[in-house]
Amino acid sequence: MGTLRDKTAIVGMGCTPFGELWDQGVADLIIDAAYECLEDAGMDPGDIQAVWAGTLRSGLSGTVVADALKLRNIPITRVENHCASGHDALRNAALGVASGLYDRVMAIGYEKLKDTGFPGMGVGRGPHPTWMQHWTAPTGFGFIASRYFLANGLTVEKGKEILAHIAVKNHANGSRTEKAHLRNLVSLEQVLNAPTIAWPLGLFDCCGTSDGASAAILVRGDQATQFRNDPVYLKGIGLSVDPVMPYFRAGFDYLGFDATRDAARQAYDQAGIVNPREEIDLAEVHDCFTITELVNYEDLGFSPAGKGWQDVLDGTFHPEGPLPVNTDGGLKCFGHPVGASGLRMLYEVYKQLQGKAGERQIRRARKGLAHTLGGPPQVSCVVIAGNEKDRGNP
Amino acid sequence: MAGILRYGAYIPLFRLPRSEIGDAWASRGSRGEKAVANYDEDSLTLAVEAARDCLHGWDRSGIDGLFFVSTTSPYREKQGAGLVASVLGLRSDILTADFAHCLRAGTTALELAKAYTETGRAASILVTFADTRTAHPGSPQEPWLGDGAAAFLIGKGRSGAEWDSFVSVSNEMMDTWRTQEDDFVRSWEDRWVKGHGFLDTTKTAVDRVLGEAGLTARELDRAVLYAPDSRSHRQLASGLDLGERTQITDPLLDTVGVTGAAHVPLMLAHALDEAGPDEAVLVAGYGDGADALLVKTTEHVSGLRGRRGVTGHLESKRRLANYDRYLWYRRLVEVHPPPALLVGSSATVLWREQNSILRLNGSRCKACGEAAFPIQRICNGCMAKDAYEEIALSESRGKLFTYTLDYLAGQADPPLIQSVVDLEPGCRLYTSMTDADPADVGLEMEVEMTFRRIRKAEGFYNYFWKCRPVR
Repeated sequence: MGTLRDKTAIVGMGCTPFGELWDQGVADLIIDAAYECLEDAGMDPGDIQAVWAGTLRSGLSGTVVADALKLRNIPITRVENHCASGHDALRNAALGVASGLYDRVMAIGYEKLKDTGFPGMGVGRGPHPTWMQHWTAPTGFGFIASRYFLANGLTVEKGKEILAHIAVKNHANGSRTEKAHLRNLVSLEQVLNAPTIAWPLGLFDCCGTSDGASAAILVRGDQATQFRNDPVYLKGIGLSVDPVMPYFRAGFDYLGFDATRDAARQAYDQAGIVNPREEIDLAEVHDCFTITELVNYEDLGFSPAGKGWQDVLDGTFHPEGPLPVNTDGGLKCFGHPVGASGLRMLYEVYKQLQGKAGERQIRRARKGLAHTLGGPPQVSCVVIAGNEKDRGNP
Repeated sequence: MAGILRYGAYIPLFRLPRSEIGDAWASRGSRGEKAVANYDEDSLTLAVEAARDCLHGWDRSGIDGLFFVSTTSPYREKQGAGLVASVLGLRSDILTADFAHCLRAGTTALELAKAYTETGRAASILVTFADTRTAHPGSPQEPWLGDGAAAFLIGKGRSGAEWDSFVSVSNEMMDTWRTQEDDFVRSWEDRWVKGHGFLDTTKTAVDRVLGEAGLTARELDRAVLYAPDSRSHRQLASGLDLGERTQITDPLLDTVGVTGAAHVPLMLAHALDEAGPDEAVLVAGYGDGADALLVKTTEHVSGLRGRRGVTGHLESKRRLANYDRYLWYRRLVEVHPPPALLVGSSATVLWREQNSILRLNGSRCKACGEAAFPIQRICNGCMAKDAYEEIALSESRGKLFTYTLDYLAGQADPPLIQSVVDLEPGCRLYTSMTDADPADVGLEMEVEMTFRRIRKAEGFYNYFWKCRPVR
């Protein structure tokens, strides 16, 4: 197997504010993210040779992007891979450039969730009429929590308190992020006393539901500095799709997800990362629920299995800690417009690696990671980016 | 002679005290309680549960027919018997038939199943009975109508109870009815309905069947008598010169209520729970006329009961919180609509996958032995392709591996207990838990499977299996 390391670089990114954007449609979101991205790269729409577009259900095919941006007769492909759709669009874009076929491509992710008339993501997951009809996202991930507590000898009270620390951290980070949906600080008591959504998860264990879009322009790694002096190089992209829904897989322990572990291994191998806890400077992980962020720490190799909760209590993942996670507030504060989330995460990593994260800027940002996890959950993508080329790469 | 080879019963878990109904309507509530189907139950699911109770441990492959008896089939046009037979995993080359429209259909179906098996065309027929009738809220009938089901396997062999004498009397009168448009039971003036209709007609049939057999009422060991309420039941018993305490089988009116076409079979099942060998049991059903039969128990009577019978189900109960909940379960009040389900329904999918959906069959890899649900063509353990055998999971016990109490999922009875269950042969299954108090739910608790209606979509009902605490 080869590697994507340094073969492509991001020279522009854009991201809309995330939120309940009642006055904006899908086209508005696409236009705003794409034009910020083009401006950042110093390009015009006509410079783009191909587009990969990630969305769960905000329109079919590439026509949604063509219609919005008036892109003429270039290949545009819709990519759908559950919550990893945006990252998978990026992956396909990177492959398009690395193949030598294209020099300048765009990956864009978007989702308009707030046109349904109900809060949340709805009930049921298709296409089968029976198996998943009462499935809700909080239940899909709530199933992990009580097993995690039991396996690690935590009482439910203690477990919920650990999860609450994650919500408090992410809200504090989100409060410093202009484009975040939720920018309020929350206290531990507030989180613990919130209404139950899907026991053991409460309101603040769940991320918001919002609209948004984000985009990136990729070029060849060896041409990146022709476009800007601070390009961000893609070091590795792993994508893993796991067979058999966890709910129907005998022996699945609900303590983490093979899809994340495999995607991370692929990405680390490409990027040459041996000890992620030491070598990754910041990470945006898929915190659709606080418990998900907790098991992600372990699946991504930031914490040993069963020890992630101790790292939470130690402040390991705070902005001042050894491995800041979700410095922009994560899904918790941005919400999760599905197709948009992967590139929104990368937007934060990109800004941090360029030293442009303002009051959120962390020290020593050289390599960052973005991770999405979805399906029921069976799909994960891990992207690693860095602000320097590795030695030996042209 | 053909007779009863086996029987089973099903009484829903919830019981509504009649005092709650009285309180709701500021009237003097009657004594006792009535059984109420959960929001996810209907007459078809009740029939399935009674049939499973009946067939517990029984080889289903030899059953040649299935009857479904109900005045409240969920479908006006579509056979219930065929669906019940499929759920039970019976062969498809069998006789299936619905008996409907009449409260007396239970006894009629029993007699016809007996007569048909005696022709030799069927070795055995499973007759299922279920009703979930609803009276107008606030009506005098409302406290009396309960929900329940029974099942009898009829055929030749080591039968535990048999009957020679059967009498049927037809009597046309508008006493109790529902038109095609009616959701609620209607009836004419009580004194005429019960006096001239119920009492006189039932007595005529009973007198004739006793006369045919050359027996007097006092020689009976037990009497299973249908009645629309307790007072009518006492009047019938005294009119027949039966000793209430010694001979009359508990009519289940204080504990279950009148379960429509299932009521006589349910009472007969209750009598057989307690009967010894060589007993004479009078059975009388009423509805647009009367049926009477004289059942004699044999030395095999003690082996007749399936699993829990009536006695087991009577003991296993939970109080329904209040009358409002009853209205809700019955869809008699319009409640805040849940979020629309994102998943459509499909008749073809439900048909194509009925072995998994209706029968709860999984697969077991013939190469490595790994079990899976739903049925998998390629083994997740060893990748063997199309090398599996189906395994029946519906009668398996399971353990609750993990769960949530979901307030978003939009059910009639929040929170929805979303459940991941490990079933005994090594399968894992995501479903809901029903008939449970969220406060009693815990990791690793033992559960059993139950067949439920999960929703109506695209104009038809979807059924699937849920788990419940072991009853």
